[in-house]
Amino acid sequence: MIRFLDIQKNYDNGTKALKGVSMKIDDGEFVFLVGPSGSGKSTIIKLITGEEQTTGGRIMVNGYNLNSIRPNQIPYMRRTLGVIFQDFRLIDKKTVRENLEFAMRAVGASPREIRKRIPYVLDLVDLARKGDRYPGQLSGGEQQRVAIARALVNNPQMIIADEPTGNLDPQRSLEIMTLLEKINELGTTMLVVTHEKELVNRFSKRVIAIENGRIISDETGGYYKNEEII
Amino acid sequence: MKRSYNLGYYFSEGFHSIFTHGLMSFAAVMMIVACLIIMGSFSLVALNLERELGKLEQDNEFLAFVDENYTREQAMAIQSHIEAIPNVSYVAFTTKEEAQANYAAKYASDQNAELYSELPTEVFRDRYSVHMSDLSLMQQTIDAVEQLEGIQGHQAAPEVAEGFVLVRNVAAGVALVLILMLLAISLFIIYNTIKLGTFTRREEIAIMKMCGATNGFVRGPFIFEGMLLGLFGAVVAFFLQWGIYSLIAQAIDTGATFQLISVIPFRDMWSRVLGVFAATGFVVGAGGSVMAIRKFLQV
Repeated sequence: MIRFLDIQKNYDNGTKALKGVSMKIDDGEFVFLVGPSGSGKSTIIKLITGEEQTTGGRIMVNGYNLNSIRPNQIPYMRRTLGVIFQDFRLIDKKTVRENLEFAMRAVGASPREIRKRIPYVLDLVDLARKGDRYPGQLSGGEQQRVAIARALVNNPQMIIADEPTGNLDPQRSLEIMTLLEKINELGTTMLVVTHEKELVNRFSKRVIAIENGRIISDETGGYYKNEEII
Repeated sequence: MKRSYNLGYYFSEGFHSIFTHGLMSFAAVMMIVACLIIMGSFSLVALNLERELGKLEQDNEFLAFVDENYTREQAMAIQSHIEAIPNVSYVAFTTKEEAQANYAAKYASDQNAELYSELPTEVFRDRYSVHMSDLSLMQQTIDAVEQLEGIQGHQAAPEVAEGFVLVRNVAAGVALVLILMLLAISLFIIYNTIKLGTFTRREEIAIMKMCGATNGFVRGPFIFEGMLLGLFGAVVAFFLQWGIYSLIAQAIDTGATFQLISVIPFRDMWSRVLGVFAATGFVVGAGGSVMAIRKFLQV
């Protein structure tokens, strides 16, 4: 669960990225966060993951109060999140299986847990037979599915996907979004940042639109209504 | 239990990383080898100099004269009292007859040799040659010997002793400063070499941090890698140092120019050299890694 209460974020260069953002994302929700470049979407993600701190307001992420969190607690807060990036950010020198193992090792999982969990997750993203391939041997869509598997492998409460289909063709984008919907139906909260109007409208989920650091609409079952923000 | 998984993981990742980033590993090892050999060579020269000075110091002594009214037995009984004084390393008793003979022998080639050899024994006194462990404590030792009953007067050359102490202290000070400087330079070079290696892996670190890895967990493999590189560099440096030192020692031992100098055999020092190299490689490797990775942990 995420709570933003009157969040302000000013960067050192004087940019006012967020100007009083308030929102609430409950457990199990699927939310699209949409808005033009420079609207403040990336800042929201950085605030949720603890990469940046607010200038004003209060944030709660999965039970952690980020206004008063100690630095040594941030890793434990991050373990409740899985993050997916537009450029996949896979380690090229490791196989698909090793990439997932790497993520599980990072949170101190035992070899037994790793052996048990990885086949399940690979099966979920339909890559069960490609565990020994290297990222360079996979298509863009497959690489993004590896990234989704990595985000999912530590069983987070919430997945944050930052432009997950930005580098994919429409067919692969639809597959990825369908996969994220499937994962959400299994109980994982999903926050997807995207520009893809058609995809957003096709899925009919909650859509939070942001522009110039302010939320301009928040509708469940909504879609991209404002053409200008695309 | 989790800690043991982690230790195994650190070791395995650190070990594999040495080979997957082979060029940087090679550069780091070469840096460690070069720094250790420079530092080691300088330390070995300082050690040999210290020993040569020590030998010269040992030859420095003072004479303590026995009261002329003492019988021979009484005079010889003082020896155990002198030996009991702290800082006295060795004591030799010389009778006045021996002293007279030594005196005559010393001037045997002099044009007035006959005059010296005819000096009556009564002119001489029984005496002790007193050698010290630490020349800087010469005056205190003389005072303690003079306090003993039966000792009347002494003959010493404190300015020579002071000269030796000064040379030794200066040599030790210069050696310490140079070794510390070389250590700091080594640490800086290795820090930068490892930093270049970690820079290429900043993406991996960022991914680990985003997955929820603690700073300690991220550091682990890098520290193990640094330690392994440091230890490997230390072993290579040890064998190279051994070869270089042995070649130079052989040249000094067989050369006519350095007849007065004897070199400490490497076999008498190998365990200390290996220990110091291993410890330095270990600390510098692990320390360099910790310093190099610090910046990348701020994600």
